[in-house]
Order: sequence, then C-alpha cells, then structure tokens
Amino acid sequence: MTRRPLATWLLYAVTFLGFAYLFVPLITIAVFTFNKPKGRFNTAWQSFTFDNWRHAFQQSDYLTAFGKSIQVALIACVIATFLGGLMALAISRYKMKGGPALDLLLILPLTTPEIVMGASLFTLFFNQSVRRGFWTIVIAHTLFCVSFVALTVKARLRGLDWSLEDAAADLGSPPLRTFRKITFPMIVPGISAAFMLSLALSIDDYIITSFVAGNVSTFPREVFDSSKITIPPQVHVIATLIMLIAVVTIVASTLAGLRRESRLKG
Amino acid sequence: MARDDTASDAGRRDGRNLPYLLVLPGIAFLFVFFVVPLITLFKISLSNKPDRLRPEYDFTWDWGNFSAAFTDFGSQLVRAFVYAAIATVLCALIAYPLAYFIAFKAGRYRNVLLGLVMLPFFTSFLLRTIAWQSLLADAGPVLSTARSLKLGGLLEALQITQDGRLINTQLAVIGGLTYNFLPFMLLPIYVSLEKIDVRLVDAAADLYSPFGRTFQRVVLPLSMPGVFAGTLLTFIPATGDFINAELLGNPTSRKVIGNAVRTQFLNQNDYPAAAAISFVLMGLITALVVVYAKFLGTEDLA
Repeated sequence: MTRRPLATWLLYAVTFLGFAYLFVPLITIAVFTFNKPKGRFNTAWQSFTFDNWRHAFQQSDYLTAFGKSIQVALIACVIATFLGGLMALAISRYKMKGGPALDLLLILPLTTPEIVMGASLFTLFFNQSVRRGFWTIVIAHTLFCVSFVALTVKARLRGLDWSLEDAAADLGSPPLRTFRKITFPMIVPGISAAFMLSLALSIDDYIITSFVAGNVSTFPREVFDSSKITIPPQVHVIATLIMLIAVVTIVASTLAGLRRESRLKG
Repeated sequence: MARDDTASDAGRRDGRNLPYLLVLPGIAFLFVFFVVPLITLFKISLSNKPDRLRPEYDFTWDWGNFSAAFTDFGSQLVRAFVYAAIATVLCALIAYPLAYFIAFKAGRYRNVLLGLVMLPFFTSFLLRTIAWQSLLADAGPVLSTARSLKLGGLLEALQITQDGRLINTQLAVIGGLTYNFLPFMLLPIYVSLEKIDVRLVDAAADLYSPFGRTFQRVVLPLSMPGVFAGTLLTFIPATGDFINAELLGNPTSRKVIGNAVRTQFLNQNDYPAAAAISFVLMGLITALVVVYAKFLGTEDLA
C-alpha cells in the first residue's frame, strides 16, 4: 500500500480534520472556563479570568444536580450490568432455546427512539399513579443500559475459550474456585467496559429523564432547562473537570498497557 | 456454576435450567419496564381525550389519532427524517476514514486514538452543543475567520450562512446532529474494520489488485456490518432528537417530531395524540430499517 502517496496523504488529511472536528467543541468548553461573561450566558468570549475556577463550586444547583446524576448512574449501571451481564453469559456460554427471541427483546430497546421510550415509561408511571422522581429515573436508566450491557458483553464473550474451565475442573478445582479464578477474570474486561460506557450514557441522558424525573433535577436537566435563562461558566468548569478525569484515565491505562507490552517483549 | 461436563458444539454447554435462570431477572425487568409500557402506550394511542384540560383518557379503538399524527405533524416528521438522514450520511463519510486510519494506520497509537474518539462521550452532550453555539455565533470564531478571509459572500452564495448567520439555521442543526452522533457511527465501523484479516488485503495486492479495487471488493464489503450498525445507532436517535434543534435551530427548524411528542406529553397533556405520534415515528423507522437491511443484503449478494 506504500505506492499510493496521494491516497495516503488524503487519508491523513481527512483523519486530521476529523479529529479536529471532534475536539474543537471540547477545547471550546475548556477555553470558556476562563471567560468572564457579560450577562447570563457564557457563550461569547469577553475577557480572561481565573474566577470561574476559583469559585468553581459556587453554583450549588448544578452541583446538587450533578451529584444526583452520579447517584442515578451508579445505581442504574450496577443493576443493569448485573442483569445484562447474566443475560450475556447465559446466551454466549450455554445452549438454550429461544435465543433469537431473546436477541430481539435485547435489540428492540436500542432501536426504540429515546423519546418513545420516555413517553411509554411516562404512561406506565402515570397509569399506576407512581410518583415520578429519583427511583423512576433509576428504572429508566437501568432500562436503556440493560440491553446495551447485554449486547456489548455478549460481543466480548464470543470466542472465549470455555474449555479452560474444564481444564481447571480436571485438575481438581472446585466449581466456585473455577469461577473465581478462571471464568470471572475472563469475563471481567468486557463487563467493566460495558459498565463504563453505560455510566457515560446514563450521566448524559436528557430525553428519557425529562419524562420520568418529576421535579428531581439531574445535571443534563439542570443545564438544558435553564439554558434559555442562563449558562453560568461554572457549568463549563464542571464539564472540563470530568473531561480531565477521562483524559487522565485514558492516558494512564494506555501507559500501563504500553509498559505491560514492553515487559512482555523484554 | 453447575457442573455439566458433556462436550458440546461451539464450546457451549448444556446448562439444563441454569441459563434460563440467568436470563430470567433481565427478561422480567425488560418485560415490566419495556414491553408493558409500549403496550400501554399503544392502547393510549387508540384512546380519546374527553376533557381538553384534564390528562385522563378513554380507550375507544380510536384510530383518528394516527391520521391526525400525519396531518397535523407531517412537516415535523419530514423535517426530522431529512435532518437525521443527512446527518447520518455525513457521519458515515467522516467516520469511515477515521475508523480506517485507526484500524490500519495508527499502529501502537491505536488505543490512544480510540480513547480520544470516546472522549466526547465523557463530556456532557448538552455542553458540546452549547459549545457549538459559541463557535457558530455571529461574533464567534468561525464567522469572524470567514469574514477576515472575505469569504462571507461565498458562504452566503453556497447557502451555508443565511443572512450572514450560521447559528439558528437548519445547517447548524444538521451539523450538531452529525457532531453528537459521530462516535456512534465510528465505533461499529472501527470494530468491523479491525476484524478484517490484513492478509486478505496483502493477498489482493500480491495479485496486482490496485488499492481502489481492493477497497471496493474486499475492505468495504467486509466492513458493511459496521456501517449498518453505525447507521442504526446514528439515524434512530437522531430522528427523535430535539436538543440540537432546540439549541442550534430557528423557530422553523425547532419543529421536529421529538419536540412535538414532548410538548404534547409534557405541556399539552394530550397523551393519546402524543402516543400516536410516537408509534408513527417508530413504525416509519422500522420500515426504513427493514428496507435498508434488504438493500444492503442484496448489495452483498451482488
């Protein structure tokens, strides 16, 4: 493939532009944490200041809402990972009847527009006169994460060598020990990846949440519902902090991976 | 884990009742909170609403809500589908080369680049959209650069700007959708490209296939499952989305179907109308997906 400098050059250019497109808004968010906005909207650049970082935690409504988002995400994703992980394990490890029907049941929630899912949950809670609030949000978030987790984990489990379990049993390992030492370590990377991604989905959800939240405010709800009235710069600070945590995690895990690799080679 | 050591096909084993026990809690959850609500919603879509001011409804097999959904919300439906379709195509055009680069050219930096692609996921969807408000604003960096390069007239002629504005145009809405759903297109394409055996590409080159033909005959067909999955993951949420329309659009482009469902439900309390619109939306999406799957399927055979 080395004989096509033009095509390669084009690919590099397009890739560079693509990454620029992905990152320009993220950089914008970070830059606007240093903005001193005139008026209530932190969307036009005025002048440089450190004030927003100094008073990062002053907008208590957004912080409370962010705390709620984290609580919802943790509870919902733990339940979803448990339910979805078990389903994925059953489908990929055992022979069972009704596989196609189960696949359909798992795929449908992903192909249902969020707005329809939100609306249908709203009618369920309305009909049963369930008061909408924290737990209805948890249920809704669990719902869209279950399928996501089940399908992601299923994809990761495909191709794992289950005969390792037999080998352990042949060597006299009791079933629980086999699970702890063989099965669990094999399935854990897939499950943790699915858990992380569903956390991100849950923390970010606005549309379904808006139908089932009652008067409980999550971070996206707080931002969107007040975006017509005010966008304080502290919102940008919170977002930048989360982004920094993500960047550090990515860099750290990559470095750890590279070090492992070099250790294996050396 | 119950032990059952009979060898089985594909390494899978016969767990007797165990697998059914494992899937039971998940199925129960999906049944109660997904299937039952959808049935309820369908029932409501066939109901009518006796009192305009109260949310209560009577079930009457009233199909009128469905015809009303088309007549009253036709333009919102068309607008949502057009925006979503354009955004999906743009996503595919941008995501494919990026995924190709990461899968075949990134070498040891592959995981770093993949992590970077995921980074937008870890920033609020809303704030990313608000960042586009800043970028596309009348005094924002994009337009002022264009102005200093004297490109204002050209942008206007190409209908990229309307009356010298980028923000609050249809294009801004489509751009926002494209941006926000790009990772959902990119990841499945990457996954399918990564699975391709590089030896196939080498074999084609050894047999003097020019790169263009190798790509067309080998790489592209093998990556089609990823394109298909990515299209669904982009197109379906994009049709129901109203956040981009709301934050980046103008009063006309704000009228998308997602917004219609939301206002009927949460502001007008007209549940039957909203339920019918929801099912029309779902029906249309399902029909399009089936057609698309058929289309791709026949392409594969040809």
